[in-house]
Amino acid sequence: MSTHAHAETKYRNSLLGFAARWLLTTNHKEIGTLYLWLSFVLFFIAGSLAMLIRMELFQPGIQLLQPDLYNQFVTLHGLVMVFGAVMPAFVGLANWMIPMMIGAPDMALPRLNNFSFWILPFAFTLLLSTLFMEGGAPNFGWTFYAPLSTTYGPPSTDFFIFGIHMMGISSVLGAINIIVTILNLRAPGMTLMKMPLFVWTWLITAFLLIMVMPVLAGAVTMMLTDRHFGTSFFEASGGGDPVLFQHIFWFFGHPEVYILILPGFGIASQIIPTFSRKKLFGYHSMVYATISIAILSFVVWGHHMFTTGMPLATELFFMYATMLIAVPTGVKVFNWVATMWSGSITFETPMLFAIGFVIMFTIGGFSGLMLALVPADFQYHDTYFVVAHFHYVLYPGAIFGTMAAVYYWLPKWTGHMYNERLGKIHFWLAMLGVNLTFFPMHFSGLAGMPRRIVDYSLQFADFNMFSSIGAGLLGLTQVLFLYIVIRTIRGGEKASDQVWEGAEGLEWTVPSPAPLHTFETPPTLEPALKMDYDPNPVKSGSNE
Amino acid sequence: MSKADNSRRKHTALLSVLAVGMFGFAFALVPLYDVFCELTGLNGKTSGQVAYSDPQTPVDDRLVTIQFLGIVGTGMPWEFRPMEHQLVVRPGKLYTTQFYARNRASQLVTGQAIPSVSPGLAAIHLHKTECFCFTQQQLAGGEEMEMPVTFYIDTDLPEDIKTLSLSYTLYRVNPVEIAQVASN
Repeated sequence: MSTHAHAETKYRNSLLGFAARWLLTTNHKEIGTLYLWLSFVLFFIAGSLAMLIRMELFQPGIQLLQPDLYNQFVTLHGLVMVFGAVMPAFVGLANWMIPMMIGAPDMALPRLNNFSFWILPFAFTLLLSTLFMEGGAPNFGWTFYAPLSTTYGPPSTDFFIFGIHMMGISSVLGAINIIVTILNLRAPGMTLMKMPLFVWTWLITAFLLIMVMPVLAGAVTMMLTDRHFGTSFFEASGGGDPVLFQHIFWFFGHPEVYILILPGFGIASQIIPTFSRKKLFGYHSMVYATISIAILSFVVWGHHMFTTGMPLATELFFMYATMLIAVPTGVKVFNWVATMWSGSITFETPMLFAIGFVIMFTIGGFSGLMLALVPADFQYHDTYFVVAHFHYVLYPGAIFGTMAAVYYWLPKWTGHMYNERLGKIHFWLAMLGVNLTFFPMHFSGLAGMPRRIVDYSLQFADFNMFSSIGAGLLGLTQVLFLYIVIRTIRGGEKASDQVWEGAEGLEWTVPSPAPLHTFETPPTLEPALKMDYDPNPVKSGSNE
Repeated sequence: MSKADNSRRKHTALLSVLAVGMFGFAFALVPLYDVFCELTGLNGKTSGQVAYSDPQTPVDDRLVTIQFLGIVGTGMPWEFRPMEHQLVVRPGKLYTTQFYARNRASQLVTGQAIPSVSPGLAAIHLHKTECFCFTQQQLAGGEEMEMPVTFYIDTDLPEDIKTLSLSYTLYRVNPVEIAQVASN
């Protein structure tokens, strides 16, 4: 420990030392910070692409972007948001919080952790550099369907393929690390069914990652050999089948969307009890619901492909399996509502984001149910209704979830309280922005506006103008978020160790800001851990 | 090595095996999909085999419309189209139709036609006793020909299918690809 501290002071003294420290760090908190900053940067890059897309769509006609450039922006916006903003943000939260929540000194495989992070900046440099290449960036949408991406893909597609490979390796290694940490480093006495829900949801997410990221890697490998080595996996002239690509892609893609939301479920399940000053209504049902969702996610991929000419029986199977997912999801939503029921609720910023998450994720869930209906899907398929649906589950779902987590744990990370008034302004502006941007897309979609097209017919002009104004507001709001975060890091009211009156869990027993090394000797679970059933909720504050 | 280290290693190894296994599974999906489609005809591929079985005798007066399409693949300099756009046929009875092809290039070009049936479920009920898609076709520059397909639709065709389409996409066979298609 002392040599460690010595090395750290030595490092801080020079620029080279600073670089070496962050390049070589194996500390879970520092790596968590790196992940969070990387995802923040990529969030702004992908968000800027979205701003350009919405500027182009502000009115009908082609104003700003030529169709090919528009397609490139749409593709990179999707890829960078999914793989660059949301996933690394959740991995960053996992790195920071999981060891602190289970009473572990660090992640189980710290050097691997460093490696998984440092792959990512290179992967995204590779991916984003395609924008400046001859022939342009990938322009086939984030789903990169063959033959658009094989026969017709631009030369830069190969950079995209290697970028995906690198992200896949990073995610799989990160997921292995998280599972090994959770299974091996829990404080004595913390059984699986006593783990905080954020840890539970991440355990399940990590399994999903290990099961599906390699399948994605397989899909892009087949693309690569189809493009350059004469195979015909997706090439009809050589005996292959382009529809096979869609099956493989969505076998990855559907569990992937749960990878993007399950940690958000965990975050809401941490925050809502804290600010309702009650135990989570049903801990076990929440765990089982998460597991059910994860298992079901493997048998519903066909609902993305209803219009590919599937036989009726297959369509019915995928339709019913998809609708079945609404049951465990409903269990979760009712669980959160029942947790708030007759609680003594206060509405600090994390709670606002968590409630916004529950309400708007539910709206996105309902439009998902509409899309699950085969006959309805034939109308909605490839329209803005789909765009509205997945932005409702991703923006107010995954991203609001992340923001709630950042506000919730920022005082623990920095030792300072964020500015509550600014936080609330951020929430309400973001809420307004999200709904103004994405709600009108339901209507333009139902009216038949196709997605991924640079221009649109005149009757959609008003809806699109609303969406673009909302998007501008939403984009600016996130600059406010950046300001709030930086301001909190630099100073502000001193945060107590407990931070939130109603918060429970081991992370609140360590000082604020959390020292670089925590729980070097495992904590005892009394009295900090009260996650399992406690008929008499102990008022927090009496913790120590 | 402590017991804790041991368990950490074991978990890491098991999870790595799972990840590698799932990478393999992605490739296993390819033959699985092919077998699944061959059994059910889901993706509309007709069997590449010559049907030797005799057509059945028509059992009833059911009539089915079969439509023909000819599509020219990228880089193929041929004109290619069905001579008849559709036929009304009786399941169980043998029919022959012709496709017309003309090489618009000045040099010899080899082509391979890839069939596809829609709806996919009808694919296994369409049997071809003779088809230009069974072999590669060659045309010298400017040459033209008529290419026959002899087929029957079996009587097991599901009742709800009243119209089906048989489409051929004609691809150019490059010298490199000849070996491949042959080995398929």
